[in-house]
Amino acid sequence: MPSANTAASGRPNGFANRINLQQYVVYFGFLAIFLFFAIVLKDSGFLTVRNLSNIVLQTAPATIMAIGLVFVMSAGEIDLSIGSTVAVSALAAAVTMNDYGLVAGVLAGLGAGLLVGLLNGVLVAYVKLPSFLVTLATLGLFAGVSRSMTDLRSIPVTNGTFTGFFGSGAFLGIPSLIWWTVIAVAIGHLIYRETRFGAHVLAVGDNSRAAGVSGISVPRIRLTVLMISGGLAGLAGLLYAGRLQAAKYTLGETDLMTVIAAVIVGGTLLNGGKGSIIGALVGSLMMGMLNNGLILMGLSVSDQMIVRGLIILAAVAVSLREKSR
Amino acid sequence: MTVNAEATQSAPVLRLQDIRKSFGGIVAIENFSLEVYPGEIVALVGDNGAGKSTLIKIISGVHPPTSGTMTIEGETVTMSNATMARAHGIEVVYQDLALADQQSVYMNMFLGREPTNRFGLLDRRRMIDETDKLVKELDVRIPSAHATIRDLSGGQRQGVAIARATHWASKLILLDEPTAALGVAETAKVEEIVQSLKSRNIGVLIISHSLDQVFKLSDRICVLRRGKQIGVRETAKTDKNEIIAMITGLQHS
Repeated sequence: MPSANTAASGRPNGFANRINLQQYVVYFGFLAIFLFFAIVLKDSGFLTVRNLSNIVLQTAPATIMAIGLVFVMSAGEIDLSIGSTVAVSALAAAVTMNDYGLVAGVLAGLGAGLLVGLLNGVLVAYVKLPSFLVTLATLGLFAGVSRSMTDLRSIPVTNGTFTGFFGSGAFLGIPSLIWWTVIAVAIGHLIYRETRFGAHVLAVGDNSRAAGVSGISVPRIRLTVLMISGGLAGLAGLLYAGRLQAAKYTLGETDLMTVIAAVIVGGTLLNGGKGSIIGALVGSLMMGMLNNGLILMGLSVSDQMIVRGLIILAAVAVSLREKSR
Repeated sequence: MTVNAEATQSAPVLRLQDIRKSFGGIVAIENFSLEVYPGEIVALVGDNGAGKSTLIKIISGVHPPTSGTMTIEGETVTMSNATMARAHGIEVVYQDLALADQQSVYMNMFLGREPTNRFGLLDRRRMIDETDKLVKELDVRIPSAHATIRDLSGGQRQGVAIARATHWASKLILLDEPTAALGVAETAKVEEIVQSLKSRNIGVLIISHSLDQVFKLSDRICVLRRGKQIGVRETAKTDKNEIIAMITGLQHS
């Protein structure tokens, strides 16, 4: 039982007790889609341990990217450049590793992501350009860079330590991609929910003027969230390179829409001020499950894209409805 | 001892002397001098464009004055931003309230100044307890410290903004049109809260367009017209006609 309520007599006690649809829609959606596939694809191997764990492994990079995007969107910004940051980071890691070894390669991959984030962040926070336009431009810019870096070739990644650590390996019987997912989600959630930085991110996205007059450095928050997003996209690039044992300019190209959908479905508002790391994780798993199930159902790639598009539409509709209430 | 106590009693929390502020060639405020004592409510009145907002910005550190001195409890201060004003114990309740609508009441109470525990994590328990305590003391009737600002009425929001200022202000609270957007009952409630600030021994400077409110709340009234200080009157020794004449510059008494 709660201890004697200091909030005194005469006032109605408790929360504004309304069901917050938008906050929980992802969990219902996840369950519904799971049950749907479990029944429809009963005989197609959807429910096997192998298939389910494959879904988690395949969504690891998208989940990592989604964590960064929760920070960015909560601050009222957007980062479209993650779509090409992944490839640039993976290629930077692969090329550097082949010449200078493991550590240099990992640092190059993460560094490339952070540099993209720094560029986005400076342009958004200090030059005060809209993040949508800045990151749309850098999305294209780095898609070009990753193509010209390698003449459209794929770079093999042969370092066994690297591919084990970031890709196909396991620790204590649990695949390393699951470790990365769990660790990133746990740390992301802790920072987002329990630190002053997380609170300031939400305040900036909610009301940047109020945040500013309250002594929060709004530009510093904007720069930091974009660097977090860039850094995590860099990590996602390493995970792709590790799992596929190669880096190519196409890595992450199709992830942008999936990641944005995962974040929005997961309860993060497009306009900032509210969000959830756990929701983004579940959203990402849901999108992965959807991809997997649609493939098992025998849908063509184009039909899969249509279904995904419709899901995003529904998610955005719920998100905006919530915001305008 | 008694002499000392009396001396601090009578020392103004805020003293402005010959404040002048110009933007380029345009003079927004000149020859402005005012003292605000602890436990005193001073109203700042004047027509639109008289310089009230500029004055608030000077006192809250947003615009440093072009010339003139500002002292807080006898200490001369120069401030170049709002953070410095807050460090000096001055809090502002802005007209737009500066609340983050989707956050809880307690997060807003501590916006930008969140306490942390020894692990560097947010100390929610402390924020909630202190919010509950203050909200109770000021009789701001909100459902709970967890309530989201968006779900509160205009009066409740104003109450939260004033409670926040009260929590942090050790010297002076500036209130910019605190009831402009409120209905009759809510205005009465907010006026009651403002009135109760007197017992906390901090100075209150209030901007209001409602002379009824000014006469109800204030101890002294300072009139501005076109950036010039027209005069300061003790509320008990003046009347609306005189104040209106001072505001408009039309003599008819």
